[in-house]
Amino acid sequence: MSEARTILIDPLVDNNPITLQMLGICSALAVTTSLLPALLMCVALTSVAALAGAAISALRHRIPNNIRIIVHMTIIASLVILVDQLLKAYAFETSKQLSVFVGLIITNCIVLGRAEAFAMKNGVVLSFLDGLGNGLGYSLILIAVATVRELFGAGSLLGYPILKLASDGGWYEANGLMLLPPSAFFIIGLMIWGIRTWRTQQVEKPDYQIHEVHRTEVY
Amino acid sequence: MSDKKEFDRDSISNTLIVAIGLSLICSVIVSSAAIVLKPVQQRNEELFRKQIILDVAGLMEPGADIDSLFASIETRTVDLESGAYVEDADPEAMVAIPDEQDIAGIGQRPRYVDVYLVKDEGRINQLILPVYGKGLWSTMLGYLSMDPDGNTIRGLRFYSHAETPGLGDQIDKEAWRAQWDGKLVYGDGDEPQIRVIKGQVPDGAPNAEYMIDGLSGATLTANGVTYLVRYWTGSHGFGPYLANYREGNSDE
Repeated sequence: MSEARTILIDPLVDNNPITLQMLGICSALAVTTSLLPALLMCVALTSVAALAGAAISALRHRIPNNIRIIVHMTIIASLVILVDQLLKAYAFETSKQLSVFVGLIITNCIVLGRAEAFAMKNGVVLSFLDGLGNGLGYSLILIAVATVRELFGAGSLLGYPILKLASDGGWYEANGLMLLPPSAFFIIGLMIWGIRTWRTQQVEKPDYQIHEVHRTEVY
Repeated sequence: MSDKKEFDRDSISNTLIVAIGLSLICSVIVSSAAIVLKPVQQRNEELFRKQIILDVAGLMEPGADIDSLFASIETRTVDLESGAYVEDADPEAMVAIPDEQDIAGIGQRPRYVDVYLVKDEGRINQLILPVYGKGLWSTMLGYLSMDPDGNTIRGLRFYSHAETPGLGDQIDKEAWRAQWDGKLVYGDGDEPQIRVIKGQVPDGAPNAEYMIDGLSGATLTANGVTYLVRYWTGSHGFGPYLANYREGNSDE
C-alpha cells in the first residue's frame, strides 16, 4: 500500500509535473487569470489523466508498439471530448471562459507523458493513482497561481471582492500585469525557486562546470 | 504468463483489431455523450441568450430565475421589408444585402426576425432587437434595446464575439456599455447618425447625443459596432419597423 501512497503523493511536490518536470505550462499560463476556470481545468485534467492511465494500463498487453501513441491519443481525446461535453452541459458559464483549453488537454504533455512512461508498464490501480497524483500536482500549482493572479489582478477570489478596487471607490489599484500571461511565468518561476530552496535535492547539477584555467595547464 | 508470451501484439492482425476496435468503442462513447447531453447544452445556450436579453433590458437580477423573468417579455416576429409584425413567418427566408448597403459585412440576413418586447402594465417600454456584424476578427452578435419612441437607445450588449482580449473586448465593459443609454439614433431624417467616435466625447459637443466614446486600441472593433448599429437601424434593417414607432403608427 505504501507504493500506492508514494505514487499518489510524490507528484504533489517532490516530482511535480509543472515545477520539476516543466510540463503542462501552456495551460497553466492560459487558464489561471481567475480561480474558478482554473479549478474547473484542474478537475478536467485530473479526471482525464486518471481515467486515461487506467484505460491504457488495462489495454497495455494488447496495444501494438508501433501504433501505441495513436492509441493513447485516441483514448485521451475521447475522454477529453467527454469531459468537454459534460462541462458544456453542467458548467456552461465557466466552460465558455475555458474555451479551447479543455480541448487542448488532448495534447497536454502530462497526460500523454504519464500514459507512455507509467501506464504502459504498471497495473490498472497504480496507473489510475499515478494519473490522479499527477493531476493533483498540476492542480496544486494552478490553484496557487490562479489565487495570486485573481487576488492581485482583480482584487477578488472566485469573483468575491477581497481587496476593494480603486475603480469601485476602494483603495486597491489592480495590477493589470497579473491578468496577462507573462505574470504566470513569473509566479511559476518564483514558485520553482521557492520549492528548490526548500527541497534542495531538486536542484539540478549544472551541465558545465566552469573550470579555472591555471597558467601551468595551458600548454 | 506463458500464454501472454506467445501472443504477438505487434502482429498485423492484432494491430488492425486494436485500431478498429478502439476507434469503434471510442466513437460510440463520444457520440452517445454528445447526443445524451445535447438537450441540456441547448437549454444552457437558450438560458444564456435569455439572460443577455434580460440584461440589455435592465431586468436581470442576480440569482433570479431566468425563465420566470423572461415570462414578462413578449417575442414577436417582424417582417423587415415592411416593418410590420407577422405571424407564421418562414424563419429560413434569407435576403441578400446589396454591397453598398452591407456596411456590417454580413452578406445576407433573414427576412423575418424575432424581436422582444418588454412590457410594463400592458404597454411596451422597450424594443429589443437582435443585431450583428463584423468586428475586427469576428462576427459580433448582440441585442440592441430601444425605447418605443423608435429613436432612443436603452442599451447594447453583445453575447458572442472574439475581439482582442483587453482591447476590443472592452465592448463588454459595464462602463462603456452604460453610455449607450439615452443616446439617439436618428437626426432629422431616417439615416442613423449614431457612431462610436475616436477618443472621448468632449463636454458640450454639438450632437453629443449621437456619439459614443471610442475604445482606445480598438478602433476597428469600435467601427464595427458603429456599422452594425447603423445597418440594423438603417433602411435595410429595422429602419421601417422603427419608423412605425417614431411616427406612432405601429399596430401595437
